[in-house]
Amino acid sequence: MKIMTCPINGERPISEFYYWGAIKTPPNPDTCSDEEWSDYVFNKNGAPGVKKEFWCHSPSNTWFVAERDTLTDTILTTYLYQGGAK
Amino acid sequence: MPWRLLRFGLSKKHPEPRMFDAPDALKSSYDVVIIGGGGHGLACAYYLARDFGITNVCVLEKGYIGGGNTGRNTTIIRSNYLTPEGAQFYDKSLELWKDLSTEFDLNLFYSNRGHFTLAHTDAAMRTSRWRAEVNKHYGIDSEVVGPDFVKKHAPMINLQCGHHPIMGALYHAPGSVARHDAVAWGYGRGANMRGVEIHQRTEVLGIDTKGGKVCGVKTNKGYIETTKVLSATAGSTPRILKMLDIDTPIFIHPLQAMVSEPLKPWLDTILVSGSLHIYISQSSRGELVMGASLDPYEVHSTRSTLDFPEGLSAQMLDMFPFLSEVKVMRQWAGMADMTPDFAPIMGKTRIDGFYLDAGWGTYGFKATPISGKTMAYTIANDKPHELITAFSSERFKNYELTGEKGAASVGH
Ligand SMILES: Cc1cc2nc3c(=O)[nH]c(=O)nc-3n(C[C@H](O)[C@H](O)[C@H](O)COP(=O)(O)OP(=O)(O)OC[C@H]3O[C@@H](n4cnc5c(N)ncnc54)[C@H](O)[C@@H]3O)c2cc1C
Repeated sequence: MKIMTCPINGERPISEFYYWGAIKTPPNPDTCSDEEWSDYVFNKNGAPGVKKEFWCHSPSNTWFVAERDTLTDTILTTYLYQGGAK
Repeated sequence: MPWRLLRFGLSKKHPEPRMFDAPDALKSSYDVVIIGGGGHGLACAYYLARDFGITNVCVLEKGYIGGGNTGRNTTIIRSNYLTPEGAQFYDKSLELWKDLSTEFDLNLFYSNRGHFTLAHTDAAMRTSRWRAEVNKHYGIDSEVVGPDFVKKHAPMINLQCGHHPIMGALYHAPGSVARHDAVAWGYGRGANMRGVEIHQRTEVLGIDTKGGKVCGVKTNKGYIETTKVLSATAGSTPRILKMLDIDTPIFIHPLQAMVSEPLKPWLDTILVSGSLHIYISQSSRGELVMGASLDPYEVHSTRSTLDFPEGLSAQMLDMFPFLSEVKVMRQWAGMADMTPDFAPIMGKTRIDGFYLDAGWGTYGFKATPISGKTMAYTIANDKPHELITAFSSERFKNYELTGEKGAASVGH
């Protein structure tokens, strides 16, 4: 069983977590073009690497950030979101 | 050890003809370079040579041919898709499948079984009716049937299915299975006979461009000059696209599958349940071939998990309680190249001479013949074939997604 560390609840089995995806910064919806918006909504760097992702511990509904190597599936660190995606 | 095998081991030369020859070295240039020796890349090479006389072509495969998703899939072939563009495309593929064994002079074990998409809810019944109507409109054999019909064709089924009683099903008589690696070999041999070179253990490391046009390919076996490159690399597509700085919506999640120990034949249809997220068929060797939905998060490897057989078996026992004593024999995974709308991304790209055949996710095996044929047309004419224009990468920019999810997600 793979274990993930929730910043609030500690180590839990991965089946208790919900994966949202890599964190992206949206362009300003009032000023960006339709094409910039579609690029934000759909496109991604799909190649493997260390990514910052949103995850949720579903029983406690705790949303947080995980830095994870998507090639080896190694979770490097997890922490609560501090604002300012990047 | 059989003597024949010993003879193979001791002989300097290979004592039997091979399916295709293994050239020693790459040439310095080719008209077309195909990255990926799965079914799709080899089929494209075959139709380039057969239909367009383009034979100065090489297929580069970093592992062995068919070692990617082609040799890992559960081989369901069907055309009962939901969208007009999907239904027409896959139906053309089905037509090609029927003649392939004869065309290759190789038994692909193409076996027509009939395909049931079981419905356990009113919503699923509604989608079944919708799909049946779209399908009939395009001349595809598809109909909504009741629980009795299901029971007649799969007598061992428990119609109660735990807490999810079966209300009916979408029945697609042409649904079939085939021997997956034979498909890669058949296309590979056919392409090779017509002059195409197949280079295994040859990995593409970079793609060179000049003025927005493809000019060469770097590999671990040397440099190749070329003006046309096709990427047919399924789960490795984002890595190839990164070489060219192209972002697409493609994301990679593992898709797992497993087989049971061989049993006497008892199931001659293909059964899929969207509500239970499982599907099952029995192979010609008697093994039950079983799968479920995608792994829940991005991983770029073919590792398996214990959660998978646990979850899948629990659901399978709701449908077939008598399997409780049957052993699981093997499990494995492939890297599925998914798109947000469950349709492929095919055709030209913003780089001249770079063509893409990807986004095949959990459903691309059945499309092997038609994608090979339409990509060959697209490369030969530098113009997308009319069957694939709806699958262009431009659709995301224009917010023109296809709506295939309802028919493609668990059904494969
Ligand atoms: C478990 C599972 C079950 C499935 N079930 C079904 C099903 O029932 N029905 C269905 O229709 N579809 C199914 N699919 C989907 C189907 O298997 C794929 O969509 C299809 O086989 C893709 O074929 P391909 O030739 O494009 O890719 P692949 O067969 O994956 O070939 C791509 C090749 O590219 C090579 N490659 C990658 N990078 C490089 C590089 N840099 N240089 C050289 N070579 C490279 C890889 O080694 C690989 O061999 C399933 C998939 C999985 C994983």
